[in-house]
Amino acid sequence: MNVDAIKNGIVIDHIQAGQGMAIYQFLNLETLGCPVALMMNVASRQMGSKDIIKVDGPIDFDLNVLGFIDPGVTIDVIENEVCVKKYHPSLPAELRDVVKCKNPRCISTVEQELPQIFRLTDRKNKIYRCVYCDGKLD
Amino acid sequence: MKSLIRITDLSVQEIDELIGVAHDIIENPAKYAEVCRGRKLATLFFEPSTRTRLSFEAAMYELGGHVLSVSEGASSSAAKGESIADTARTVSCYADIIAMRHPKEGAPLVAAQHASVPVINAGDGGHNHPTQTLTDLLTIEREKGHFDGLTIGVCGDLKFGRTVHSLIEAMSRYPGVRFMLISPEELKLPSYVKKDILQRKRIEYKQTTDLEGVMPALDVLYMTRVQRERFLSEEEYLRLKDSYILTPEKLRWAKEDMIVMHPLPRVNEISVAVDDDPRACYFRQALNGKYIRMALILKMLKEAGRL
Repeated sequence: MNVDAIKNGIVIDHIQAGQGMAIYQFLNLETLGCPVALMMNVASRQMGSKDIIKVDGPIDFDLNVLGFIDPGVTIDVIENEVCVKKYHPSLPAELRDVVKCKNPRCISTVEQELPQIFRLTDRKNKIYRCVYCDGKLD
Repeated sequence: MKSLIRITDLSVQEIDELIGVAHDIIENPAKYAEVCRGRKLATLFFEPSTRTRLSFEAAMYELGGHVLSVSEGASSSAAKGESIADTARTVSCYADIIAMRHPKEGAPLVAAQHASVPVINAGDGGHNHPTQTLTDLLTIEREKGHFDGLTIGVCGDLKFGRTVHSLIEAMSRYPGVRFMLISPEELKLPSYVKKDILQRKRIEYKQTTDLEGVMPALDVLYMTRVQRERFLSEEEYLRLKDSYILTPEKLRWAKEDMIVMHPLPRVNEISVAVDDDPRACYFRQALNGKYIRMALILKMLKEAGRL
């Protein structure tokens, strides 16, 4: 299966096999007007199999959230068909509307319009806590 | 707009200043009798409370101000489905400062994010209760004269007891403080409090189920009630509610100058026979709650430019 090279955009590589669709949906890639390719179960020497997402167009959202969703991903930034930057997203300082607080005593479980916000309180141990109730994200 | 949601919103210096003002209020009440004339405190209590609400209201009256009061969610717009954010915005139109108690953790923070006047967290579920902690700190300071180097025993429900968590957080900022954590196995201090506060700051502590065994070492004994409302199972509550009962016999093991504190209300964890012991200071503690809230209301109104 061949997918054309990207002119200007990004490649999200080394996604855990089976996670590609979740990332596609989380980033709302279906709303972009540019070509987007989601490849699943691609052979990988390093991972056995992996998913890949290619976006051939400009994006203006923070991809660091992927560091939380799938810490193993690589992001390639492509300009004029050349990879100008390759990086692993770091854990974001804040997660907004990525996950929901599960503490039944938390106000965010009752007031549905509140943004679900977790802050990184311990980078070393990857611990996020709900800003409202301090509940730890499992 | 500065609100008070958790005790660490205040620096050690700010707490010392509040304690200083509270002392001045105690010694010179007439000086403060009219300072909040024309100002209004709204007390929004969505959970049953007697002493905290009355203490806030008494504090505002003694400063010469007025009180607008909502007690119990059922009698407010919250019962009609109004959000915390809308309630906070609306009440800001009528009051200069808000004190809020709510059963859901984080509700006062949401109110503070949307109110245009300062919000004081008067207790959010089992989470934070900073004005109780200020009350406790004023009491320790008045009774013991200092914070440094004290050995503090906290006894009872250390799992759901928000007053205990906040007290540990506040006292851990003073040098040489040690904690004795006395509770049944099921109600031990949550690991995140131990890890994030005690272990991270390398504070000496001991966990035990034996109150009498650690009693001789204590400078402060902070008793807590096992709170029925925090349990999902009535059976579990009934099994644990009488885990510790302080009696005059047990106090024989204590130092002559140890103090016994309790955030109140008590059920039976302190025998009434202890009340006459000069070391029992929980009713003096309740009185201190009014003075420190007076100091806090003054500080927050001044900082908000409303005094």
